[in-house]
Amino acid sequence: LRPPGEPRRVAYLYLLPGFALFAAFVLVPLVHAGWLSLFAWDGVTPGEWVGLHNYGTVVSDSELRHAFGHSAVLLVFYAALPIVIGLVLAAAASRAPIRGLTAFRTILFLPQVIALVVVAVTWRLIYQPTGWLGDFDLALPAVGLVGTWVAYGLAFVLFMAGVQKIPRSLYDASRVDGAGPVREFFAVTLPALRGEIAVALTLTTIAALRNFDLVYLTTSGGPGNATSVPAFEVYQRAFRGGDVGLAAAIGICLAAVIFLLTLSINRVADRAART
Amino acid sequence: MRRVAALALLLALLAGCGTPGGDAGDNTKKAEQAEQSSHKIDVAKAGDVTLTVWDQEVRGGQRRQIAELNAAFMKRYPNVTIKRVAKSFTDLNTTLKLAVSGDKAPDVVQANQGRPPMGQLVKGGLLRPLDAYASAYGWPDRYSSVLLDLNRFSPDGKTFGEGKLYGVSQMGEIVGVFYNRAMVSQPPQSFADFEKDLAAAKGRGQTPISFGNLDKWPGIHEFQSVQNLYAEPDAVRNFVFARDGASFDTPENQQAAAKLQEWVKKGYFTKNFNGTGYDPAWAQFGKGAGPFLIGGTWLLRDLEDALGDKLGFMLMPPDQSGAPARALGGESLPFAITSKSKNPDVAAAYIDFLTDANAAKVLVDTGNLPAMPTNESPTGEAGQDVFKAWESLNESDGLVPYLDYSTPSFYDQITAAVQQMLAGRESPEQFTGDLQSDYEKFTGSN
Repeated sequence: LRPPGEPRRVAYLYLLPGFALFAAFVLVPLVHAGWLSLFAWDGVTPGEWVGLHNYGTVVSDSELRHAFGHSAVLLVFYAALPIVIGLVLAAAASRAPIRGLTAFRTILFLPQVIALVVVAVTWRLIYQPTGWLGDFDLALPAVGLVGTWVAYGLAFVLFMAGVQKIPRSLYDASRVDGAGPVREFFAVTLPALRGEIAVALTLTTIAALRNFDLVYLTTSGGPGNATSVPAFEVYQRAFRGGDVGLAAAIGICLAAVIFLLTLSINRVADRAART
Repeated sequence: MRRVAALALLLALLAGCGTPGGDAGDNTKKAEQAEQSSHKIDVAKAGDVTLTVWDQEVRGGQRRQIAELNAAFMKRYPNVTIKRVAKSFTDLNTTLKLAVSGDKAPDVVQANQGRPPMGQLVKGGLLRPLDAYASAYGWPDRYSSVLLDLNRFSPDGKTFGEGKLYGVSQMGEIVGVFYNRAMVSQPPQSFADFEKDLAAAKGRGQTPISFGNLDKWPGIHEFQSVQNLYAEPDAVRNFVFARDGASFDTPENQQAAAKLQEWVKKGYFTKNFNGTGYDPAWAQFGKGAGPFLIGGTWLLRDLEDALGDKLGFMLMPPDQSGAPARALGGESLPFAITSKSKNPDVAAAYIDFLTDANAAKVLVDTGNLPAMPTNESPTGEAGQDVFKAWESLNESDGLVPYLDYSTPSFYDQITAAVQQMLAGRESPEQFTGDLQSDYEKFTGSN
């Protein structure tokens, strides 16, 4: 007889439905995309096996390199800025009870709820009089700021939830020890929010790197190619240019970058949590 | 480890990993066979037939004309059912390849001109050549030669602009100059006069040419409207069809780019045009921001609503007053028959019905510009201007096709390059040189 809690083969049976869905809609398409990335294929006529040539193009094509570079810039606007703003807001809210906090939270969270298409069309109108979206130097930051606006509410709400579970006694103790608001933030609030920061960073990083809709709807990658990003290039090359193999290769590279970044974010957060 | 390998193998099998894409086979032979089995038939005796049609005639007058013609066809031939699948232009372009290569391919599809959609479908042997039908129904009499050439490919899909006919279109379109009669008493007859009007409008504090290029593609219209002054229509056609010796890196194209940069410097375009959307730009013109707008005839209806009788339409005035008309333009998406259609003869009769004299009348009545000749004429002065311009362009063979038909990626390249050139970040020489090298990458590999 097996003692309770001992692993049993039947457990795999319970995993099966979930795994089947995951395999059908994530793993199989991923492997298929990986396979397609090894061909020069226009989507219609028989493809030609080219091995890793498409991956070479991802590295050597200057337009694609720029697209990945733009993604790195967008990381600042989509991930770093929202988290800093969210932390400042959460720290302020943790100092003193704010009247109508629920209302603030709802309002700040609203951009997350609105469909990105609506966000993009609205911001295009907002930017219209400034001409920033047509300026070679300002277009990318302008698109980035939209991302900041979308994401900081999410960060704030996550951090507020985290702040509320910090024991008040820690704040009382730090005040008794004479800590000011800044010291209190770094000594008490920030360390306690490590887990929430990791979650926020993961979500916003993914959003930043897979960004397609905002760019497509506001600038179409322009002016010139000043705001093109990898996901946009995937679309362009697969559906407009008819280079499905290269598009698949870009997609696989993008997925790999996202995977590595989120993995390292969570590694760092876990290690910090243990110490 | 063995388990992981087994899993990977299983996934690979599930993902259906074989060489992607169908079997192209011998297209030329298949095309000949298809033509031999093409007949003009009496549709009424064809038995019960269902034609599945994918089109993108979804806006205003376009939707009305196709609905009316479909209903009329089914009334004339009660044995035929038309199953219409309407999609937006973008949707159609992105899903068409998968649809026509699948087992349940539609019978009739609108396959956009140019190498990206139509050329690739021809290369894959997915469209049926229509030459036998064309001569049986007399289609060549309905169109000027450049309009037919735009729908021609060699059966291997490599040569564009000649070879077999793969589709015919219903409507024409011209990119010309809309003007506001309240500000332009006498439409300029020569390019020099046009530039004088621009300077005068600038002096009055107006926006001489309303222009919004945030969407990237409108800049092609500005560039080609000016390019036509310097480059011969045949030179541009040869480039679009990738004929031997054609080049983008020419003095004429550099002159056109320089002229546009001069206009930017002089402030003849909407301020911040690279950051202004296409729709806001023509809306500004409609509100009286300035005398001119370079735009396509698809804007006619909306601009008539905004400006009423004050709206006028002309072609970009030629260098010498009275010289033959030239303009950027073309035709609506052609209707084509898929290779997998089981009823190609009925499909051909349907396409004939969509493009005959009766169809031309329906098109005019629903506010469209028919590509084929017609005695009907629209109401409204600007509408009549458009009809006259179309007639004169067909007479003088002055229609110049869109540059972005030329290679699969030229749309991306030229739209981005025009934005850079207009912003002064590229000299005219860099502009033509860079685009030429992109173009050569394609012509070298085709």
